[in-house]
Amino acid sequence: MNSEIQPEISSSVLPDQELLINIFRTMFLIRRFEETTNELYMEGRIPSTLHLYIGQEAVATGVCANLRTGDYVLSTHRPHGHSLAKGVAPQAIMAELFGKATGCCKGKGGSMHVGDIQVGVLPAMAIVGANVPIAAGTALAAKMQKTGGVTVCFFGDGAANEGAWHEGLNAAAIWDLPVVFVCENNLYAASTPFSTSFKIQNVAERHSAYGMPGAVVDGNDVLAVYHVAKEAIERARTGTGPTLIECMTYRQCGHSRSDPRTYRTHEEEDEWKQRDPIPRFRKWLVEQGKAEAGRLDGVEQEVEQTIKAAIAFADASPAPDPGDVYRDVFKE
Amino acid sequence: MVKMTIAEALRQAIREEMRRDERVFCIGEDIGIEGGFGGAFTVTLGLSQEFGHERILDTPISETAIAGLAIGAAVAGMRPIADVQYGDFLFCMMDQLANQAAKLRYMSGGTLNVPMVMRAPVGATARGAQHAQSLEAFFTHIPGLKVVSPATAYDAKGLLKSAVRDDNPVLIFEHKLLYGSKGARSEKGALSPVGEVPEEEYLVPIGKGVVRRPGKDVTIVANLLMLYRALGAAETLSSQGVQVEVIDPRTLVPLDKELILGSVRKTGRLVIVEEDNLTNGWGAEIAAIVADEAFVWLDAPIKRVAAPDVPAPFAPVLEREYVPSEQKIIDAVLSIL
Repeated sequence: MNSEIQPEISSSVLPDQELLINIFRTMFLIRRFEETTNELYMEGRIPSTLHLYIGQEAVATGVCANLRTGDYVLSTHRPHGHSLAKGVAPQAIMAELFGKATGCCKGKGGSMHVGDIQVGVLPAMAIVGANVPIAAGTALAAKMQKTGGVTVCFFGDGAANEGAWHEGLNAAAIWDLPVVFVCENNLYAASTPFSTSFKIQNVAERHSAYGMPGAVVDGNDVLAVYHVAKEAIERARTGTGPTLIECMTYRQCGHSRSDPRTYRTHEEEDEWKQRDPIPRFRKWLVEQGKAEAGRLDGVEQEVEQTIKAAIAFADASPAPDPGDVYRDVFKE
Repeated sequence: MVKMTIAEALRQAIREEMRRDERVFCIGEDIGIEGGFGGAFTVTLGLSQEFGHERILDTPISETAIAGLAIGAAVAGMRPIADVQYGDFLFCMMDQLANQAAKLRYMSGGTLNVPMVMRAPVGATARGAQHAQSLEAFFTHIPGLKVVSPATAYDAKGLLKSAVRDDNPVLIFEHKLLYGSKGARSEKGALSPVGEVPEEEYLVPIGKGVVRRPGKDVTIVANLLMLYRALGAAETLSSQGVQVEVIDPRTLVPLDKELILGSVRKTGRLVIVEEDNLTNGWGAEIAAIVADEAFVWLDAPIKRVAAPDVPAPFAPVLEREYVPSEQKIIDAVLSIL
């Protein structure tokens, strides 16, 4: 896409075959996890609203494929994909959506707060933009502790007009903090189109206002995301400071479960479905001889088993004890 | 014992904790700049010379970032002591404190901690409405935050050290007229209480109040500057034959409920004094607790003395009317005898 503001990003070598297949696996896992949670919600088995990640899988997957366990991810109200891509167990997320004691937040977080600090995912923060200064904080800690750890902060285009976003980016820039800011520009902040909230064409144009590199990338091209993120994460890890990456993408579903999407056209939706990141990557893998179709079929079947097992686990898990409501407020 | 001001006691607490634990650092505006203020009230003065600018971290004027940086660093294993110049600026970072710091542990199912300290000066000091508020009550209403208000040098040092070692977010409210800051940052009309502080290490536990003056006739609960006004009122009333027991709660969350209930069982009368606006202050909560749990011990209605429900005014004559005076406290006590 727009390459004019990619000052320090260049493409690099392809990941090896196993990583390519893992990238496919993760994207497909997120897709099927979200489709399944949608069905479970319709059946009344998930007591919540849902903000589905369908259509944006290439962003979380392409970025997180570059991360290590000790790296941090900060997420949003649309967090399932980020958690899955960073390695939170699918069954722990599913159990959380069911409100079970075995959930990744013991049933205290729910859909909008999933995460698992053991694999570096903070509980997702559902106040738009609020995770940006906190991401600067985890990055500050990594810098002070000299761990070499990197923080990735995901947010939507809407977050870029929050004050917290500006304060967080500026702080990260002035101290060269090891953090990568990843904007998932899905063109709408809830129902509000991007163009009604921005005088500029791209969020990433703001990179120069903070003195950090910026890049716009096709967020439905997982390898493009992977390469841009790889370079930014390496910059962060080597102490060169933060980067602002904007991934152009599209949420195929509504903002939340109660959204009829009447503010956008079917033509636009169809156009973006043609650019669906998963069939696109699958086709590429086969055509480039990176994976045989049969191998990918097998991966898909494994994912289906994983999802089934996650549902079974969530179903069989106990609800929290009502008395648990009083626990975990303070560390004693 | 060593005599020192509250500003000096806080500085010593920070210095000791930073020497003890390399995870501890300070973050805020104007806290470590050479030739600067050492924070708005000199608490961090000189610390950057010992610890360097990486651990006495000066920020842009970005209160939301200060809070977010502290939260993130705390989750990731550090022990930040954050600083706002005036408590009123806490409203700029309210989302970070109320929605993030207070809730991250709970909504993670207790799987992470946010061990951060946020220090904030409060109190009306001829600066008008936006550098004057007493904000403790706001934060007592948010589960997940501890709220501390030290009124002596001994408590300031001991409570700050406890707060740094606490695994939860702790807000420390300090009163501008109690710091005893010297030089350009000294406050007109300040009390400058100089207190005795032990030379050896000690901690003051968070959640324990203290009886500042024993008495049998009326209980007064008061914090920060109001503690000193209450003690003054008690002295005056003593000469009229009224023995007032003055309690300093020191910590509002968690509250030392038993200390207050025990005193009320003895005196049968309660006056609560706070510099915050009257409606829904922490005094209202204490009144409700006592009405609920010690009703049969009460011999008179509970009285609250607080600022009226107006913004803090500027002109000295107006501010004197706004901030609860010794006379108003005396009047409240006499009204229930």
